[in-house]
Amino acid sequence: MNFSMTIWILILPLATFLITGLLGKSMPKQLSGILGTLSMGICAALAFNIAYNYFFLVGKVGDTFQTITVFKQTWLSFAPFPSGRAGDGLSIDMGIILDPISVMMLVVVTLVSFMVHLYSYSYMKDEPRFHIFFSFLSLFSFSMLGLVVASNIFQMYIFWELVGVSSFLLIGFYYDKPSAVAASKKAFIVTRFADLGFLIGILLLSFYSESLDFATIIERLSNPDSAFLQTATAAGFLGASAMTWALCLIFIGGAGKSAMFPLHIWLPDAMEGPTPVSALIHAATMVVAGVFLVARLFPLYNLIPAAHHMVMYVGAFSALFAAVIACTQTDIKRILAFSTMSQIGYMMFALGVSGYGGEEGLGYTASMFHLFTHAMFKALLFLGAGAVIHHVHSNDLSAMGGMRKQMPVTNILFLLACLAISGIPPLSGFFSKEEILTAAFNSNKLIYAVGILTAALTAFYMFRLYYSIFWNKSHQSEKAVHPSPLPARMNIHSDGERGRGEASASMLIALCLLGVGTAAAGFIPFSHYISSDGKLFDSEFHLNLALIAIGAGVTGILIATLFYLKPNNRSDKFAASMGGLLQAARNKFYVDEVYEFITKKIIFNLISAPAAWIDKNIVDRTMILAGEITALVSDEVKTMQSGKVYDYVIYFFIGVLAISVLAVFY
Amino acid sequence: MNLNILLAIPLITLAALFAVSDAGKVRWISFAGMSVQLVASVVLLFAYLAGRHAGVTTPLLFESSMMWYASWNIQYHIGVDGIAVAMILLTSVVMVSGILISWNIQNQVKEFYILLILLGLGAYGFFIANDLFTMFLFFELAVIPKYLLIAIWGSGKKEFNAMKLVLILMFGSSLVLAGIIGTYYQAGLAGNATWDLMTIGSLNIPLHAQQILFPLLFVGFAVLSAMFPFHTWAPDGHSSAPTAGSMFLAGISMKLGGYGCLRVVTYMFPEAARFYSPYIVLLATIGIFYGAFVTLRQKDIKMMNAYSSVSHCGFVLLGIGMLTQTAMTGAVMQMVSHGVMTALFFGVIGMVYERTHTRMSNELGGLLKVMPFIGTCFILAGLTSLGLPGLSGFVAEMTVFVGAWQVNEFFYRAATVMACMSIVVTAVYILRASGFAMMGPVKNPAYNALHDATWNEKLAAVILIVPIILIGSAPFWLSDMVNSSMGNWMTKIITSAH
Repeated sequence: MNFSMTIWILILPLATFLITGLLGKSMPKQLSGILGTLSMGICAALAFNIAYNYFFLVGKVGDTFQTITVFKQTWLSFAPFPSGRAGDGLSIDMGIILDPISVMMLVVVTLVSFMVHLYSYSYMKDEPRFHIFFSFLSLFSFSMLGLVVASNIFQMYIFWELVGVSSFLLIGFYYDKPSAVAASKKAFIVTRFADLGFLIGILLLSFYSESLDFATIIERLSNPDSAFLQTATAAGFLGASAMTWALCLIFIGGAGKSAMFPLHIWLPDAMEGPTPVSALIHAATMVVAGVFLVARLFPLYNLIPAAHHMVMYVGAFSALFAAVIACTQTDIKRILAFSTMSQIGYMMFALGVSGYGGEEGLGYTASMFHLFTHAMFKALLFLGAGAVIHHVHSNDLSAMGGMRKQMPVTNILFLLACLAISGIPPLSGFFSKEEILTAAFNSNKLIYAVGILTAALTAFYMFRLYYSIFWNKSHQSEKAVHPSPLPARMNIHSDGERGRGEASASMLIALCLLGVGTAAAGFIPFSHYISSDGKLFDSEFHLNLALIAIGAGVTGILIATLFYLKPNNRSDKFAASMGGLLQAARNKFYVDEVYEFITKKIIFNLISAPAAWIDKNIVDRTMILAGEITALVSDEVKTMQSGKVYDYVIYFFIGVLAISVLAVFY
Repeated sequence: MNLNILLAIPLITLAALFAVSDAGKVRWISFAGMSVQLVASVVLLFAYLAGRHAGVTTPLLFESSMMWYASWNIQYHIGVDGIAVAMILLTSVVMVSGILISWNIQNQVKEFYILLILLGLGAYGFFIANDLFTMFLFFELAVIPKYLLIAIWGSGKKEFNAMKLVLILMFGSSLVLAGIIGTYYQAGLAGNATWDLMTIGSLNIPLHAQQILFPLLFVGFAVLSAMFPFHTWAPDGHSSAPTAGSMFLAGISMKLGGYGCLRVVTYMFPEAARFYSPYIVLLATIGIFYGAFVTLRQKDIKMMNAYSSVSHCGFVLLGIGMLTQTAMTGAVMQMVSHGVMTALFFGVIGMVYERTHTRMSNELGGLLKVMPFIGTCFILAGLTSLGLPGLSGFVAEMTVFVGAWQVNEFFYRAATVMACMSIVVTAVYILRASGFAMMGPVKNPAYNALHDATWNEKLAAVILIVPIILIGSAPFWLSDMVNSSMGNWMTKIITSAH
């Protein structure tokens, strides 16, 4: 089997980006949308074809999935190390590798991206900058696909930055809206800050392994007998070895992209972007890049306990932290954003609890499994939410309620996704979450407990969301009194159209296809395809663990039903009893305020302002002073040139005297 | 290829300019002349690559030599290596673009273009020359006309700022002059009284003499490349300079300094470079880091870009100071990248200023909507500045970082980490500036009537964007060319190991 067509998965979106970006203005408006959607459709078909060939025909040699390098081209090569072991220099290659996780990611990214294109085609149809939107979507798809197939850690970093900038461009798509501009800036800067860790981590890893190639790095640094690894663990700084530093720093990069605590603050704000963008970038694909990165380097993480534990604890804490906040928010997209953060926390700690090889590696498989199912149901949730927002022109829960009659199809699909994320069998979320919880149970009981608690909270806030949108009518009557303000650019339908009902056909098709994925993805026997070492194993099903997980989900749903199905004051009473905790959660535990303090007060006022002052008043003043002194001296010297021979004779003798003194003493 | 062509074309253009007086003709003649020069530079690139491909391994290509002052052994010795070719290309690109940007200058058009091309002539001569004395002459030619350019066509406190700029730069020149005379003297002591760069590089000048000459020459050149604390001419000079003046100043003239530090001083005195390396790295890191934080406070977008140039040129000095082949290759790439990027930035800022008559980011706003082309160029320049992959800044900075990281000592590591951190600060000030100036609602209703870029401005921007993308998305051609030229004299630096 020849996988050379894989390269078209990258070329098509890139070409679409260039064509729609440069020529979109002069093309008929719909054409750029059609082009984008079509090229992504072809990519998705290609990805499915590759996945089929890889997983079922040629990928497996014996019982192990191999890594196939489809393409590799040196992009930038550096001079050899001054004192290297391997003797050759580093080089950044642009390559495509196919291994189980990259093939899976190809499927996820192209599929979700295709659905989002399809959906956006009608969702954005009244947008004057339609072609720019599609052009940016293509740019994002290109970057994300380049990231997942990267064969070289620097290639990954390059595409990593490119997805960052596409995310920036798309969050700030409505660039005349100050809140969108602020959100896009925040997203870019926070992830850039995190990427600093990634960059230094890469520099460290490459210094000790003398390579930037993933396979070579892993080979040289995961074998305990290798001289490369021994140097890397022997070198240390502040009590940690260079390896620990490198992996922790790289994890910081991953945590930034994947919105892990405390680098998550950009994700809720990123919801300022158009909803299809939130579905694609901030739910299904880009935000899981951090998980993918850790999975890519998993053999190394597995070797260094400190870094591995960091992944586990940060993941678990983020999962719980975000779930608590999600219970208190009222903006439908922000609830989903915190939910995303929480679910990514699951994926992270699944990697954190995982061992390497066979059954030990259950956490790794589960993490990838959850990544896959989460992409389906979270994209469905976002796109469904988009349809609702499109309908009521507001993001706020208080503007919604009782929508099930107006949007029956959306209602059912949304319910399906809510059940999936709550871990109710036989939907996809149940299987992946159950596997994660089993892995946690086998490894660390504390993490398991956090996982169960988060599962219950997840079910609760999702059904709070669901009921508030589709059932609970109280909000609607409120709405009649306080018509919700139109979001600045949501002037898509006039208010008269509000009762129109369901979303348009292309939107519904996308929703239904994702619904199928949500319902069916759980039945894929993931451990037969993806495992930490490429070898297959059968994951066992533990009935009692499954029952606990289901119990947690059902409890959450029941409480939500009690509180939110019909208008009542139970939730208010409960809220009153929680007091300060609730207030803190509503304010997202004040993390944003802490950042604001650091950036505004410390960086701007304590570092930057004094630096600017010093430059103006000290450094520059000194230079000017030097000039003025020169001018003064020259005024003095001028008088010496008197024209009197007598004066000159005296200067001459002083000079002679000085030279002779020098000559005598040296 | 005969390198004298690169001097002949500007000279012919100058002669033609003296002959005409009509402003329109002046513009077209300058544009035509510099376009031909750009074509010649591209031909030079291909000729150079072809020459290397054919297996010519001499350090310099297209060499020719002619004695012009025999009693002092001053020669007109010309020849280029990969570094010089890169610099010549950069100069040509910025020159054409600068001429297009200045299309709307109304007063004393002829004099303006003559001075601009004279500056360019100095830069070309400096880059092809390999004789210290000849180099110095061209070097001065690229400094003095700046005074007039700023003092006549500038804005704000132009006389004061022009004077300050020229005095500080002349201070640098005086150090360089002292340095090259000392070098000539030392070369004589070492048995070969010559000004020739390559010959001096092969002489064994004793370390104590190098230790005296190196700082003179290095600081002298580094002043031009805005090394801390001699950078203060840059912000004020830029804030007063006309747009094309700023483009030349930051795009080419700062590169004369970097080129001098790298290819002249470090080449001649590698042992002393090793000795002074920590000091260079220290000053470079201060420049990078402190420059970035000072930039953060600037409200005037031109001042912002001027300070950001201080920070970016710090990467050049950092790369040189690290003394590894990769880092020094990165330094050259950063010179090229920063040259085109900053020229684009200054060009776009000039376009904005010409229309809105303000450069204060808080008075601007929403310009992307009104002027999509200019707005897009601004953001593109910004993204290059903050090091977005696919654009030239990224590869240059990363090459410096990778090269710098190879020096496994705590001090150098700390400096590299600081330099890496500055790219986050860069992102902050770039995004703030573009957020304020380009995005958001249109701040002033008068802006709605503004027109987007004219043909000459569009062409000027495109000429600069093309190399940014060519280097950014396919860096190997530049990197390999520079890297292989660097190999020639790295051996000497490596043998003078710590």
